[in-house]
Amino acid sequence: MSTLKYKVAAGPEGYLPPAAASCGIVLPEKGEALIEGAIVPEEEAMLEIVKKLQNASNPVFFPGPLLLWDWKEGVREKAKEVKEFADLMDARIIPMPDYRPKYPMINPEIEINPNHPNLTIWHNQIDVCVFIGVHCHYANVALKIVRGGTDCYTIALCAEMGHEDAMISLRDVGLQKIKALKEIAVKLKKGGQG
Amino acid sequence: MSKRIFKMCPEFEDIMPDEYKELVEKGPYGKGYGVSDLGNFKELIEEHPLCAGCGLALALRLVIASLPVPEETIVVGSTGCSSLLFPQVALHNIHSIFGNQNAVATGLKRAMQLRFPDKEKDVVVIAGDGATADIGLDMVMQSWFRRERLTTIMLDNEAYANTGGQESGMSVEKKVLNMAPTGKKFPKICLPEVAREAGCDYVATVSSANSRRIEKVVRQAVLTAREVGPSYVQIFSPCPTNYKFKSHESVAMAKAREKDGTYSMVEYVSDNARSFLEGLKEEAKHAKRN
Repeated sequence: MSTLKYKVAAGPEGYLPPAAASCGIVLPEKGEALIEGAIVPEEEAMLEIVKKLQNASNPVFFPGPLLLWDWKEGVREKAKEVKEFADLMDARIIPMPDYRPKYPMINPEIEINPNHPNLTIWHNQIDVCVFIGVHCHYANVALKIVRGGTDCYTIALCAEMGHEDAMISLRDVGLQKIKALKEIAVKLKKGGQG
Repeated sequence: MSKRIFKMCPEFEDIMPDEYKELVEKGPYGKGYGVSDLGNFKELIEEHPLCAGCGLALALRLVIASLPVPEETIVVGSTGCSSLLFPQVALHNIHSIFGNQNAVATGLKRAMQLRFPDKEKDVVVIAGDGATADIGLDMVMQSWFRRERLTTIMLDNEAYANTGGQESGMSVEKKVLNMAPTGKKFPKICLPEVAREAGCDYVATVSSANSRRIEKVVRQAVLTAREVGPSYVQIFSPCPTNYKFKSHESVAMAKAREKDGTYSMVEYVSDNARSFLEGLKEEAKHAKRN
């Protein structure tokens, strides 16, 4: 095995890219995040997330079922913050309402499916995307497919431990972290450094 | 599961695809719809990749419309034609390795009882004849011996249909199929009787042409499994592709086999299940009077 540190860079890495975890990328501890496979303080990652979205030509948020459906206390508040954050970043929102591999195929203009997320990214020419509210096992599948077949830069805002296969992965993302991201975005828009 | 899961966050309602809005507004969750309401609500399965005229697709459509509480039901499937359809269904479902379905369902049911002790979660196994009567018979029968509170539904198309047409234990004797050119050498397995002897409290066979009976037996089977013990439903689902008849003849084929007695319709109900089901009928009558 190569001793060179594997970099989780935007693809296309080719059909069946290796899982980043199998290339030595490990999930960060609390207070940390991943940028292209490297563990960094989460503040650094949050600033980078906002910069990536700000500089993107077509940024898109992909909210998953955990955020789209009002299934428990607190979800609606988080959904409101995420919507405001996306609006602040001039990002479009394309939903991932569930994980069914639909027949004959999804409409890539208006939805994304974890089993073939590349279709939505190709169709809409998305250069930076944010996965949020997607169950981890399906986020892992989708992020790997995106890295394998597209040149889209992926950001995972995960409520759990994060995702090695995202180019930027932030963990424990709840209401407060979304608010913090919004604050950074406002500051950067005003010309500050976040 | 809370019915709140079928409520959208208002912030995202405008971007949700229409089919999800329809599922929320016109779907069957929490409304107690049945087969007689088909056409008046948004069904949990609307498109599928199965062959034209597939009796199994028809049976599944009717089974799904007959589930007493779809929002509290989890379906466990197995390899076969039905597994091509299940990913499209707007219902919790798990695909298991070929033949393992009743073992997976056992674990799931027990986990659900621990996780939701105050709720009834119906675990329904839906698999083909190959998965139920051949490859998975060990797991199926062991779950019956253990008296697991599961409903096992076999969609019996009398062949391994999506692998080219091999004979299954449920194919009839002497039947010639694509991959059984000399004809089957032994009789169809009498699984309803095996189920009865293995401890199922409710056993019924039905054909995909008989929608009313499907509704009745599926509901009785699920309710029996919830309160009394294991149940088994066997649905004759003719396969036009492997049995070489025209796709529009599927329902007629099912009716003909029922009429000529080559597919016998039986119902075995244990004393406990009978008394439970009669109690339910009395309750329903009482509720109607008041």
